Amino acid sequence: MAKIRLDNLRKSYGGTEVLHGVSGEIEDGELVVIVGPSGCGKSTLLRMIAGLETVTAGEIHIGERMVNGLEPARRDIAMVFQNYALYPHMTVRQNMAYGLKIRGLPKEEINRRVEEAADILELREYLERKPRQLSGGQRQRVAMGRAIVRDPQVFLFDEPLSNLDAKLRVQMRLEIRKLQKRLGVTSIYVTHDQVEAMTLGDRLMVLNGGYVEQFGTPIEVYERPQTVFVAGFIGSPAMNFLPAELSDGHVVLGNGARVPGGAGEGEVTLGLRPEHLVADEDGPVRVRVALMEQLGANTLIHGVLEGTDQEMVVSLHGIRDIAEGEVMGFSAPQDALHLFDRRSGRRIN
Amino acid sequence: MVENRPWLAFFTHVVLLIGIAIIALPIWITFVAATHDEIRMTQVPLPLLPGDQFWVNLKATLFGRGLSGTETAPVWLMMLNSLVMALGIALGKIAISLLSAFAIVYFRFPFRMGFFWMIFITLMLPVEVRIVPTFEVVAQLGLLNSYAGLTIPLIASATATFMFRQVFLTIPDEMLESARIDGAGPMRFFFDILLPLSRTNIAALFVILFIYGWNQYLWPLLITTDSDMTTIVMSIKQMLEAAEQSPQWNIIMMTALLAMLPPVLVVVLMQKLFVKGLTETEK
Repeated sequence: MAKIRLDNLRKSYGGTEVLHGVSGEIEDGELVVIVGPSGCGKSTLLRMIAGLETVTAGEIHIGERMVNGLEPARRDIAMVFQNYALYPHMTVRQNMAYGLKIRGLPKEEINRRVEEAADILELREYLERKPRQLSGGQRQRVAMGRAIVRDPQVFLFDEPLSNLDAKLRVQMRLEIRKLQKRLGVTSIYVTHDQVEAMTLGDRLMVLNGGYVEQFGTPIEVYERPQTVFVAGFIGSPAMNFLPAELSDGHVVLGNGARVPGGAGEGEVTLGLRPEHLVADEDGPVRVRVALMEQLGANTLIHGVLEGTDQEMVVSLHGIRDIAEGEVMGFSAPQDALHLFDRRSGRRIN
Repeated sequence: MVENRPWLAFFTHVVLLIGIAIIALPIWITFVAATHDEIRMTQVPLPLLPGDQFWVNLKATLFGRGLSGTETAPVWLMMLNSLVMALGIALGKIAISLLSAFAIVYFRFPFRMGFFWMIFITLMLPVEVRIVPTFEVVAQLGLLNSYAGLTIPLIASATATFMFRQVFLTIPDEMLESARIDGAGPMRFFFDILLPLSRTNIAALFVILFIYGWNQYLWPLLITTDSDMTTIVMSIKQMLEAAEQSPQWNIIMMTALLAMLPPVLVVVLMQKLFVKGLTETEK
């Protein structure tokens, strides 16, 4: 088991830099999820840690070792790929044993480890099958089995669930989480799916355009997003952003409404999570309803802030019946206000 | 198409039967000629039904001294020569092409594409075009009348290299990355992963190249003067012209039959793999 330390990591392809100095420490036994939109550099970062991409600048430490120049096989890692990358001509057993065979482990030891992993993953009866005779979920398990038998210091997951259907994805997500807890192996998990990120990670590293926007626990990221990007990326439905101004203890919205909260002066972006708005006849946030979506457990109200064309979404518990065109009032608790500097997009409260 | 029109069915069958007859008739005549004695084959009309001399002719052809009045090698030796040449060419081409395609696809070295195009351009230089210089080289190396001389100049192959390159390109990159994480070096990856994955393609190519090698005519004719090194394909032509007498059709036709046998066997035995190798795309 080991700590991972990333020190100002940079990656350039030709003249274009795609990662602009990523730093962070991953604790022993921790599962860190790297999350971000496609093209943000998250897979590149993972592949650099795996040793599949060269490092342009900066350092990667796994445990006590600086691994920048080491071949993937010598970094003591195991990786699970998006498309599983199982060897199609080998049986499940051979697939799992291949790395151990190359390392020159004795046969009995290899068999013991493979069977142990097969038991954990409930793959015993499939050991003599070829990958093409397995379902997607089973292939996924074999790919994880291949990682487990190596008994590595670090697991790397590259969007391992994105080829599975929705139901299986939820199930495998839980299994990965349980497995990681049980084995206690330091893990890095890359995904673009924020639900996966929130449920799996001990901590999240939110990446955007090659920069780390925020690195913290899922709750921190949800409750105190440090930038507009993080605020909009995490949470579903996405946070509402309204241009606003601060003036003597109030946030003044575009239509002149005054929401109590905030301090100081100046132009800001107000972030309000749809689920944090409270229905209130006399509330300052007044929304003209355009469309409703009944989800059963809650109701999504789409509309605009009255007097402006700023679109808003509000999520209320239970089933509501509201006529389109009606104006509804909402109030926002002080601790639900997210204030960002209009220019830099950074959090100020 | 699922249609039930008796006349159409009848018509298509007739067309197919005519096609088969056109292809099969010469082979039938060859077979019939190989079953009669020498005298019968010089009389008109030519027989269309098999005679009773098949085993006699077979023995005379395989182990006899060839045509009467000549000093050719027995046909079994020619078949052996042809077999060595065809196998040498097929296996040699496959081995070299696999390695060069491996280098071109998986290694980054200076002038990589340059080398690829250099190999590709040799498509325009088959043996027939470069026959004089190639002969000179082989002669200088003292390879005339040897198996090495028969096979090596025909081994370099752009088509096979190109085909394996395409095969390797269809293998997902993750396979290589996965093998790297498993600790496999380049040659280990080549033997453990690439070779098994291109198994059917290798088989398909083997069929094509074996037949190509077996059917070589001009090159063996040029570089073998020793009768012990003649191949069966070139000997058929020589038999027609050999000695100043009427051709011994029974022996010649038996030789032709024997010459057809190995390619047919290779195709029949490897048919399944052959089709898979040319059509299968899933890796």
